[in-house]
Amino acid sequence: MRLIILGATSAIAEATARLYAAEGADILLVGRQTERLSATAADLKMRGAHSAEIAILDLAQTPGGVDEIFRNLVRQLGGADHVLIAYGILGEQADAERDLSIAEEIVRINFNSAAAWCLAAATFLEEQGRGSLIVLGSVAGDRGRRANFVYGAAKAGLAALVEGISHRFADRGPRAVIVKPGPTITPMTEQFDRKGLLWASASQVAAVVRRAADRGGPVVYAPWFWRYIMLIIRAMPARVFNRMNI
Amino acid sequence: MIRFSSSEDIRSWGGVLQARHNVARPQWRDELPEVLAVARHSGSPILATGLRRSYGDTGLNPDGAILDMTALDRAIFFDPDSGILRAEAGVSFDMLLKMLIRRGFFLPVTPGTRFVTLGGAIANDVHGKNHHSAGTLGRWVRRIGLLRSDGLEIELTPQENTGLFGATIGGLGLTGVITWAEIETVRIASAIMDVENIPFENLDEFFQIARQSDGEYEYTVAWVDCLAKGKDLGRGLFTRGNHASKGARLPTKADPKLTIPFNFPSLVLNKLSLGAFNSLYYWKGKRNAGGSKVPIHPFFYPLDSIGHWYRMYGRRGMYQYQSAVPPESERDATKAMLELISAAGEGSFLAVLKTFGDKSSLGMLSFPRPGTTLALDFPNRGSSTLRLMGRLDAIVREAGGRLYPAKDGRMPADMFRAGYPHWQDFAKYIDPAFESHFWRRVGQ
Ligand SMILES: Cc1cc2nc3c(=O)[nH]c(=O)nc-3n(C[C@H](O)[C@H](O)[C@H](O)COP(=O)(O)OP(=O)(O)OC[C@H]3O[C@@H](n4cnc5c(N)ncnc54)[C@H](O)[C@@H]3O)c2cc1C
Repeated sequence: MRLIILGATSAIAEATARLYAAEGADILLVGRQTERLSATAADLKMRGAHSAEIAILDLAQTPGGVDEIFRNLVRQLGGADHVLIAYGILGEQADAERDLSIAEEIVRINFNSAAAWCLAAATFLEEQGRGSLIVLGSVAGDRGRRANFVYGAAKAGLAALVEGISHRFADRGPRAVIVKPGPTITPMTEQFDRKGLLWASASQVAAVVRRAADRGGPVVYAPWFWRYIMLIIRAMPARVFNRMNI
Repeated sequence: MIRFSSSEDIRSWGGVLQARHNVARPQWRDELPEVLAVARHSGSPILATGLRRSYGDTGLNPDGAILDMTALDRAIFFDPDSGILRAEAGVSFDMLLKMLIRRGFFLPVTPGTRFVTLGGAIANDVHGKNHHSAGTLGRWVRRIGLLRSDGLEIELTPQENTGLFGATIGGLGLTGVITWAEIETVRIASAIMDVENIPFENLDEFFQIARQSDGEYEYTVAWVDCLAKGKDLGRGLFTRGNHASKGARLPTKADPKLTIPFNFPSLVLNKLSLGAFNSLYYWKGKRNAGGSKVPIHPFFYPLDSIGHWYRMYGRRGMYQYQSAVPPESERDATKAMLELISAAGEGSFLAVLKTFGDKSSLGMLSFPRPGTTLALDFPNRGSSTLRLMGRLDAIVREAGGRLYPAKDGRMPADMFRAGYPHWQDFAKYIDPAFESHFWRRVGQ
């Protein structure tokens, strides 16, 4: 089994890579930070990966040629069965409202650049006729909230894109899945007060990602119960929703 | 950027102490200097922690900063020719065992739970059932990366930086942050143990079996019925084992099967139920005595198959009391302690007796010393429990012994100082920004 991870230093990505390593997979870790990626690769080999290689790339800074670069990554790995797109930034909502360039940055990284890689991967998988594209979205994309709607909007866009790719794939072999984690204990959410019961660990989310690569619908929540929570939150009339402090 | 967040429920493993801490959980080694700088800047005393399997307060730093090291859990390299392993400090023994066993290797020394980190195990210089043959973990450490609060990372080896190396092995986390470590591992032929269980009627028999076993068996340990009285005093079950030369190479699945869902009400653990349990355990062991083949995990980590077992001790938690006394007084002191405990009826399920060998460690505060160690749990019943432990202290002191800081939550400062004559020497190597509840209690 061969897996490409775009944004491999994210906590969820690393936890997912460990699950594949234990299965003896060949893994290509793509990201910006050479030292961190090398450390992860060495560890994955100890954990059972058949091979773990790295490719240094700033994923958000590749305006053109994404298609070509993606094909090179596949060539480096010697083929690809699964593609995981796991990078993103949370950004500061308050700053983004004050300074549009910050808002733009949040949207550019979480949507524009991720969308380009999704499309490149989709073309490759479709030609191959099998394999899966798994993309990390967020429950924040399901309904805009004042706390983080710029980030949420980018993730909502990404979800629509991946659902669309999944539709395009119908009956052609490959699969596309958007995994929407709820609040997860990762460095990204370090500044949050984590009281309350609904925080998941990166490895819990990774188990969902791993399963989503093989089966399940185009939209998968992690953990599963977020599907029902978000169902309720989406169904809430604006009158009620706007009075809530969530 | 890594931040500290306030957490109210950082508790010692024994559960007696729970306090507020500012916790950061770095994920990469390159983040550590910045995290240390932030903590230092805020004026908080700092302490690194692992999986918090220490019973008392060595891993607590109330109102101070804690670096939770458990996300720094990557293997760095392993050389299958020499068995040398280097890994980040937060990697658990559980993870290391997964990597090692299928390659035909094992940890040189392991405590009775595999849910400890490499850094935490070095900071307590842990010992296992093979102390008589292998010494402590510290003897197997070849290299340590130690980050001090001034932001400099130093490499320590037994040959260079010897003072700081000796202070860091068993140094209770006070000399800085262990970021990675390199250890020797040992070769094994299978994931099976050849084990023999032998009942003994009293302490003399225990010492006799121990003496006879230490040469032939790599691992020895005994369970003792700490509530038996009179002629039954000191009865128990002796377990000895070696790695089998043949058998399955892969360990059996070993995830917790049973979890204690909530704190037991304290009346579950009373004199009667404990006494009944201990007698039953003894008689069952006696019936099943003899040799057997046992998989690695249940042999080394019997408690790990019960998740959250400490909850058996109820909401007020428990103390563990582990002493080591020298050979000349081991028999009398151990007998005196067992007499006291059985008379008080305060003992536990888990009374463990073992003889330590004479392989010494470089660690200035390492606990093991030649002689005998006795470890017991006491449910926390407040002053009566503290009084009993105070009387045990008197026996241990008289015998020229000491208590294990990793298990301690209450020993008086003068008892610590008497037991660890190198403590002042050690204190010179403490990082000025580091501190723990334990050290505030006994070292200052
Ligand atoms: C069921 C059970 C059985 C046990 N059996 C044994 C036994 O047989 N033999 C034995 O010796 N012990 C035994 N212990 C105790 C246990 O092995 C030690 O307490 C061990 O050190 C715990 O490791 P940890 O990762 O949980 O460390 P923690 O408890 O989190 O920390 C322990 C100490 O290490 C320091 N520390 C942790 N990480 C670092 C780091 N990266 N850098 C610097 N300092 C650090 C902390 O400050 C603290 O002082 C047992 C414990 C349990 C719960």
